[in-house]
Amino acid sequence: MGQYIKLIVLGLVALAAAIAANYGRDLAYQVHAVLIMLIAGAMFLWEVRQTDEPRIPAPQNEYMDGVIRAGVIATAFWGIAGFLVGVIIAFQLAFPALNLDWAEGYTNFGRLRPLHTSAVIFAFGGNALIASSFFIVQRTCAARLWGGNLSWFVFWGYQLFIVLAATGYLLGGTQSKEYAEPEWYIDIWLTIVWVSYLAVYLGTIIKRREPHIYVANWFLLSFIVTVAMLHLINNISIPVSVYGSKSVQVFAGVQDAMVQWWYGHNAVGFFLTAGFLGMMYYFVPKQANRPVFSYKLSIIHFWALIFLYIWAGPHHLHYTALPDWASTLGMVFSIILWMPSWGGMINGLMTLQGAWDKLRTDPVLRMMVTSLAFYGMSTFEGPMMSIRAVNSLSHYTDWTIGHVHSGALGWNGLITFGALYYLTPVLWKREALYSLRLVSWHFWLATIGIVLYAASMWVTGIMEGLMWREVDANGFLVNSFADTVSAKFPMYVVRGLGGTLFLAGACVMCYNLWMTVKAAPAKAPLSTAVPAE
Amino acid sequence: METYSLLREFADSWMLLLLFTVFLGVFLWVIRPGSRAIHRDTAAIPFRNDDAPLGPEEDRT
Repeated sequence: MGQYIKLIVLGLVALAAAIAANYGRDLAYQVHAVLIMLIAGAMFLWEVRQTDEPRIPAPQNEYMDGVIRAGVIATAFWGIAGFLVGVIIAFQLAFPALNLDWAEGYTNFGRLRPLHTSAVIFAFGGNALIASSFFIVQRTCAARLWGGNLSWFVFWGYQLFIVLAATGYLLGGTQSKEYAEPEWYIDIWLTIVWVSYLAVYLGTIIKRREPHIYVANWFLLSFIVTVAMLHLINNISIPVSVYGSKSVQVFAGVQDAMVQWWYGHNAVGFFLTAGFLGMMYYFVPKQANRPVFSYKLSIIHFWALIFLYIWAGPHHLHYTALPDWASTLGMVFSIILWMPSWGGMINGLMTLQGAWDKLRTDPVLRMMVTSLAFYGMSTFEGPMMSIRAVNSLSHYTDWTIGHVHSGALGWNGLITFGALYYLTPVLWKREALYSLRLVSWHFWLATIGIVLYAASMWVTGIMEGLMWREVDANGFLVNSFADTVSAKFPMYVVRGLGGTLFLAGACVMCYNLWMTVKAAPAKAPLSTAVPAE
Repeated sequence: METYSLLREFADSWMLLLLFTVFLGVFLWVIRPGSRAIHRDTAAIPFRNDDAPLGPEEDRT
């Protein structure tokens, strides 16, 4: 019965998408309608061929790891794609000819930049979070994922979201909100996928066999819930037509700006921080093979982060139409936030207490520890930059870009690489990674890349800020905007080189993971019965 | 009083006090006597059940 309903729904979706493709008012919408029509049509055919075939029920006595393996592959793939686009746009800034005149309107910086940010944050980071959260929640609840194939729907639905968003940016379908560019129909689709994700996650926690919920799950659950709330409120918009991608925001003016940066900063706070801290609280203890330094501190870390982060957004809007009290509030909360951030970093680092020697032999652990160091560095830099006086120098300059990348490449990137190095041998049941030497290569390529990136952006950002505010004896500005652009050229080249090194490191990782699956010896099955502990 | 000022007044006083008290409550709850054993047990969760979920009749030990 369920299968017939599925067939009817798929058929109707394909039909509706065909009608939408016909009436579509803009290119992005039409391309998306055709894409959805083809996918729904293909799924319809697949389902028809499966009609009344006997279904083998999935074994309930093992973890559901297939979807996590797919997530590991997707993370690596989108990582390479996102880093590559990042390197391209870095060199576009240094050498404007790379904007390619003949492809103007599709591959220029303005179109590729949101493609880069969304690919690394939502495609690379999002897939890493979904895959590792499914891994963690099963192991720490001692329960198989709830909802059967719903987790596969979450995985493929999320990939469709990424493809729709990415192609939309290139074709000009955007609502111009930073980190929330996708238009209304993509937002609705993401909402459906995200609610399913929440259901799978919560369902697994509810049927858990451990009496307590391990702290990593708290972080991951807060990430899922908060992102849902942020997404819904920041995307309240009215489509101009159901047959077009354009929509109009309901909030206007400074309210819209405040909602946008409440969203934007909490996307950093809950997507890139809380979610990845959930990964950290599982994978660092596992890799170091000892429990987290202080479980009490982890609970306080969690609640302090939750209570504080949500208020920090207004620091993005210093010296704007936003009321003074609001931007002061954002600044104060950003500074207080320094404490729980460093509490978490110390908790992660001190987990290695008594196992520091492992840093000499285990490059994966070294990667995780370095990611915590970058977390500590960028959570110090962030509060400092949110201070109004500092912000007056740093805002609109490349310092902000450097700050974001020391967090994103250093913290999110390295902890994700560490998690992938942990997950691959476990998920494909291999004895060990193919090569630890290659992990070391990756570690150094990535670290040197980040250092080049962050250092060049500090130099160029502060230089730019100082040049913009420089006045002569009569009070006239000394430099034009174009003067700063030409002064920044050498730093832009260094930044591009840093990005290239980081990308090269990720390629080394992909080769290593591939060879782990292909060539590493399989884990020997346990020949003797192991007594349950 | 207009809604905006009323809500501002409330948010700045009672709501702030309430949220701060809840946070202090969490802190006190975490360091309550007797929590150490529970926390030690919970912190060890990642080192159990690595390979398969607990079956319906298996007991957590």
